[in-house]
Amino acid sequence: MKNNLILYIGILILGIAAPFIFPAFKVQLSILCVLIVLATTWNIQGGEMGYNSFGNILFYGLGMYLCASVQVGMFFPLAEWTESGGEKTFVHTPAQFFQGMAVGLIVAAVVPTIVAGLIGYSILGLRGHYFAICTLGLGVAAGEISGGIEIIGAGQGFTTPPFPDVGSLDSRGEFFYFLSFFVLVLTFVTVRSIYTTRFKLILNAIRDNEDKAEAMGIETMKYKIIGWMISAFFCGLAGGIMGGLVGYIDSTDVAFDGREMGVFMVLMAILGGKGTLWGPIIGATVFHIFKEGFWTFFLGWQYVALGVLIVVIVIYFPEGIMGWLREKYPERFGEVVDEKDRKAQVELK
Amino acid sequence: MDFMVFQYPMISVQACLDGILLGILFALIAYGMALQWGVMNIINIAQGDLVILGGYIAYFMYLYGIHPAWGVIVAPVIMYFVGIAIYKLVINKVVDRDLFISILATFGISILFMQLMNFAFGADVVLANSDYGTTMLFNNNVVLPNSKIFSAFISILFAICLVIYMKKSKLGRAIRATAQNARAAKILGVDTEKVYAATFGINAALCGVAGALISITFTIHPYMGLPYTIRSFMIVIVAGLGNLPGVAMSGMGLGVFEEFADYILGTEFRIGSVFLLLVLILIYRRFKLSRKREYLK
Repeated sequence: MKNNLILYIGILILGIAAPFIFPAFKVQLSILCVLIVLATTWNIQGGEMGYNSFGNILFYGLGMYLCASVQVGMFFPLAEWTESGGEKTFVHTPAQFFQGMAVGLIVAAVVPTIVAGLIGYSILGLRGHYFAICTLGLGVAAGEISGGIEIIGAGQGFTTPPFPDVGSLDSRGEFFYFLSFFVLVLTFVTVRSIYTTRFKLILNAIRDNEDKAEAMGIETMKYKIIGWMISAFFCGLAGGIMGGLVGYIDSTDVAFDGREMGVFMVLMAILGGKGTLWGPIIGATVFHIFKEGFWTFFLGWQYVALGVLIVVIVIYFPEGIMGWLREKYPERFGEVVDEKDRKAQVELK
Repeated sequence: MDFMVFQYPMISVQACLDGILLGILFALIAYGMALQWGVMNIINIAQGDLVILGGYIAYFMYLYGIHPAWGVIVAPVIMYFVGIAIYKLVINKVVDRDLFISILATFGISILFMQLMNFAFGADVVLANSDYGTTMLFNNNVVLPNSKIFSAFISILFAICLVIYMKKSKLGRAIRATAQNARAAKILGVDTEKVYAATFGINAALCGVAGALISITFTIHPYMGLPYTIRSFMIVIVAGLGNLPGVAMSGMGLGVFEEFADYILGTEFRIGSVFLLLVLILIYRRFKLSRKREYLK
């Protein structure tokens, strides 16, 4: 326990110092924070609950659009803003920008949570692959529909308010980095405290055998919906930050990007090891480094690499990094290993 | 919103006929999906991309001066081997595993195919022109391109051939036996590995036919695959596995739905409405099943 505390403090200090150590990578580090948030929250219902969703992108995109719309709509008419596109006729003052961002992020977190609660009852009743395909459909449908709505820019996209001029040039990167790092810490603390409660055991029971869990007197539907709502809350927040960070929202390429972000979060969690606390974090970090390397050096071939990567990870590495470590060093995970038994198993293999 | 379709009955007739002809094509793709789902218990997200690949084969024949209708014969032959290759490389490693693993693996294949096709054929919307002309019906109020009628006819022909093949041939019997009980079939001497490969190959061949027909009648684009997957998935869950008339009927129903959605909501919401319909159908199915479960309690 004491070791853990030192570890956490070390990571916290590293996190705060990171933008000053690597000043050139501020945006990348912020994106990494967002990716970790997405992977960790996907893991709540994908890894712990056994409900493999492709649809968390719905909350992410919703948060993105909501945050930007609120930020604009609080001070200026939204329709005129989107119509003018890149040509800025309205400019946010710094105070307006930060106020709008704060309110926007709250809305971006709360509304997806409510949406998850509302649709959860109908959708979480689906099992297995029906759930996976249904959420896939939801994500794509949201992208297609938001691409047809005029007020949020329809097909031509939505430019989020540019960062106001507050003195130094670096402030934009620092602001978004610390915002996303704060959300990351918030997510981690929440998820970690969830994982020490009975709630996590219930989620695991649902994953292992839902019917039995129900027979044991657990109201599975309630807990499934709560689990999904927690995911949605942080996905919305992450989306809101990402919208501001990217600076431009497109319905199918940025917000409801099921082909990229929607798969990334699943892949990161699986790569790190689903159903563990640290797995998604490690997975997201490894994935982000790999991805940036590929996107930089093999531009154009990145989707080919992504497709191959998915297939390879899924077929040869379904337990992920944490699963691999666990098999290799079970003692470190608090498992008592009977040497004799282990040897016998190795021989059997 | 535009309700013109209800004010002028001829537009409704047009939409219905278009929808039915389109739906027959969907049913052919869905039949392939039902086949592999039933036999191997795999949901292939790359189904739509196989369709588009088949379409590009026909399109290339058209580019080189061969009539694209011949693609109906060439595409399935090529696609059969593509299907076998995919099976040998990827699918045979996920057959016995968790369904989500197979969904994710085929999703990877789908992304891979999408991008490779984008490289190879460019990101333009293309169509292979067949020069079949049009047929006018009802006092010239309803216009049907002959290519659509041709494609519906060919689809039905292929479906009938496949049904007969499944019933009569040795391989067809082996496939049906494996679908019923893979383990028992194995014990009785069926080489299930071979059956799986053949099933996937046949599915890919069906996709190839459908794709060739789609490239003649509609347009193809490297990124257009996923909607076809979703449509066939939807048709299969509405009809149920192994219910061929049901697949045909729900395919046509979906076609008609899409045409009407196109007229009423506008073309930009067409794909969105398909995906929403999928969600609604799944939710409906969930409540129906949960009622049944309560009844059993």
